[in-house]
Amino acid sequence: MNAAAGPVERYLAEFARVKTTLAGAANPPLQQARKSALARFAKSGFPTRRDENWKYTDIRAIEKRTFKTAEPSHDGIARDRIDAVRFNALECHELVFINGHFSKALSRKPTLPKGVIVDTLASALEHRGGEHLEHLSQYANDGANSFAALNTAFMADGAYINLSANARVDHPIHLLFLSTEQDDALMNHPRNLVILGEQAELTVIESYIGLDGAKNFTNTVTEVALGRGAVIEHYKLQQEGFMSYHIGSLHIRQSRDSRVYSHSISLGGAIARNDIHTVLAEEGAEVILHGLYMASNRQHVDNHTRIDHMSPRTQSVELYKGVLDGHARGVFNGKVVVHEGAVKTDARQSNNNLLLSDTAEVDTKPELEIYADDVKCSHGATVGQLDKDALYYLRTRAIDEDAASSLLTYAFAGDVIHHIKFAPIRARLEQVVIRRLPNMDRIRDIL
Amino acid sequence: MSTQSKEVEALVKKLYQHGFYTDVETDTVPPGLNEGIIRLISKKKNEPEWLLEWRLNAFRHWLTMTEPNWAHVHHPPIDYQGISYYSAPKSDKALPKSLDEVDPKLLETYEKLGIPLREQEMLAGVAVDAVFDSVSVATTFKEKLADAGVIFCPFSEAVQDHPELVKQYLGSVVPPNDNFFAALNSAVFTDGSFCYIPKGIRCPLELSTYFRINAANTGQFERTLIIADAGSYVSYLEGCTAPMRDENQLHAAVVELIALGRAEIKYSTVQNWYPGDEHGKGGIYNFVTKRGECRGNNSKISWTQIETGSAITWKYPGCVLTGDNSVGEFYSVAVTNNYQQADTGSKMIHIGKNTRSTIISKGIAAGRGQNAYRGLVKVLESADGARNYTQCDSLLMGDRCGAHTFPYMEVKNSSAQIEHEASTSKIGEDQLFYCTQRGISEEDAVNMIVNGFCKKVFKTLPMEFAVEAQKLLGVSLEGAIG
Repeated sequence: MNAAAGPVERYLAEFARVKTTLAGAANPPLQQARKSALARFAKSGFPTRRDENWKYTDIRAIEKRTFKTAEPSHDGIARDRIDAVRFNALECHELVFINGHFSKALSRKPTLPKGVIVDTLASALEHRGGEHLEHLSQYANDGANSFAALNTAFMADGAYINLSANARVDHPIHLLFLSTEQDDALMNHPRNLVILGEQAELTVIESYIGLDGAKNFTNTVTEVALGRGAVIEHYKLQQEGFMSYHIGSLHIRQSRDSRVYSHSISLGGAIARNDIHTVLAEEGAEVILHGLYMASNRQHVDNHTRIDHMSPRTQSVELYKGVLDGHARGVFNGKVVVHEGAVKTDARQSNNNLLLSDTAEVDTKPELEIYADDVKCSHGATVGQLDKDALYYLRTRAIDEDAASSLLTYAFAGDVIHHIKFAPIRARLEQVVIRRLPNMDRIRDIL
Repeated sequence: MSTQSKEVEALVKKLYQHGFYTDVETDTVPPGLNEGIIRLISKKKNEPEWLLEWRLNAFRHWLTMTEPNWAHVHHPPIDYQGISYYSAPKSDKALPKSLDEVDPKLLETYEKLGIPLREQEMLAGVAVDAVFDSVSVATTFKEKLADAGVIFCPFSEAVQDHPELVKQYLGSVVPPNDNFFAALNSAVFTDGSFCYIPKGIRCPLELSTYFRINAANTGQFERTLIIADAGSYVSYLEGCTAPMRDENQLHAAVVELIALGRAEIKYSTVQNWYPGDEHGKGGIYNFVTKRGECRGNNSKISWTQIETGSAITWKYPGCVLTGDNSVGEFYSVAVTNNYQQADTGSKMIHIGKNTRSTIISKGIAAGRGQNAYRGLVKVLESADGARNYTQCDSLLMGDRCGAHTFPYMEVKNSSAQIEHEASTSKIGEDQLFYCTQRGISEEDAVNMIVNGFCKKVFKTLPMEFAVEAQKLLGVSLEGAIG
């Protein structure tokens, strides 16, 4: 690659270099789709702060760096380091990806019930027929999002999950994306496709975890299509390395009476951006979005959600909480659009932020766009600090100030964690959050 | 509900009450905008050289700017070369010394609008600096104000009589290059109001200006500058009505408020420009920049606005809270009906320590109206202990209108406490039922509920205005819902 070339040109050159090695290279329509996505990316380029959706997030750090497409290899990763980030206690299906490439040796896949397909996207692109892939790129609106377009051009692997009508997977499916430190800064573009038939039920966890000093760029896209009455519980745990960049989006289309529980925990990355876009396309669809972001030092974390109420009697509830310390900057943008005719919509949204240092910053923007009259919509946002009275109370109980403030911070973040139904996931995330706090040993004792 | 369509129909047919046109000979420059026109305006107003330069700089900057497109409004492109930038009633050549000398046709206009200057002089105790198109023609109660040392005069007069004050403060809150419309205004503004309250004076009267847009094809570019010196207080009322007209008229005013130490400025607006007909034809484009700066410690600026008119409203009265312990307030009721569009809200910039701000915004959308709240609360690193509370509620009447909320909060100080809440709903059927069940007619019930919805804002208005505002709201929305 020519480092002197502009950022877009670098990606075009990289695409030319790797295009024959991408999954489904022999499939002309797919190659064509990649090319046109790349053309869309080339046309729009990287977003700048002049784009309303990127007003508070400057991604020039990503733009100016050169990332190399990761190659399949997982030598040098000790097994125990991977075990440390697995859900060991939890009986689950686990697909492990190293720098975006599937590792069969590290994955575990117990037998699946009938009507359930859990495959890698690479294998699906290579071997599966058209009906399996017809949902691909239907929901991620990559015309409006140049990172999603970039993902469509470069997507190499990820998970392909398909549940036929009434199918149910009792154990969660864990997608573990590990990012490792290599000589070159790597980029990978995981792509997941989840399709649930009528009344199907699934729990899926996406973990993005950076090891050591990884300074990679992960650009992930997940698309979910829900049939009538289908239920998905979706978790995203983002713990990239502090020198890594993470851009991720989740796009959901919901049919009649379907339900989505989404939990997004964002802790890592130098720059992390999470987009969730769900379309409540048919009557009675319901979505619950919970999110927690914690950032310190010079981290930048940005959460964008958009909920489109397209039909009557749809419901959404959203709660996002942020804890910002050091020189960190947190961004929240929650948009709720109630389209014409979507009467009896009930939409509630709230965003709370805790600023722990004078150099931290929060930019929050809850938005409502309403084109129907018989609706109930509300949102709220707060920015504040720890309650002085509560701190004082704890100190009178012989808990020193630092521990007391950690404890209260934990309680603040806990609101989101406690909503998690799956006990093993909840316990794990509790530990993850506690580990992020100063004086974690002390709190553990107290708790 | 059964009565709804009938009542909405009645509402839609309601004609603009203040629609009439006074045929006064006017002194209008040809349409178009260039340096020559600006020089002409400046010359006609006999302005000093520095002000001409100031205008020309603004104009040169304006040429490099593009019209903003981020607001949630739609309109056909504006032809800035098709507007005549100066229009003064001919009668201004014989500067009137008293009302008797004023063109009787002008007085008639005011009578029709219910602003009888003579009566107000005697009864209301309000000083009115009435702006007919672009030149002020009559001012009352000057002596009483002069006794208190208050300067309240047309802007062009202030330029002649108090150039040092104008020069010191003009553009210090809204710089000429602030935004597209502010730059345009800075280049071509024709007149407006100027007000200076000296140290420690509590202004004995509520100051009031009624603006009118009259001659066809003249954009109205008002410039208001209010300075409250240390320890002073002033309450200022601004009200607008405009005659019926088919073409869209551009109104790009700039209002600057400066509150020095411990001073307080209360600025109230009832805006009822012509909103266009029931098909969305015509109506005023109201693109206004209003901003106040609490420059001194412990100062306070409070904005109250009732926005029922204009085809398009685009305004964000804001406060820059520079002084420590300063307070900014914004209370707003915005109504959009038929094809009206409003994108309005407030900006609170916290710079000083322990600065506090409150934003209460009530939006009512009916017919095909689009009503958006857009606000910014910004807390800089220096603003220790800053506090903001924002509440914006929207009421929807009809299934083809829209209500939107775009609040921006940018917080860089960990001791700041910022709260924002917003809700959107229609009038509750159970509330209506409760009232009708107690023998209150549906229409009265709706009125009660709407008035209750807006009460927090009306409460902050001076008495005369509160009455007018409630009347306006009743006219705009009576029977708009069943």
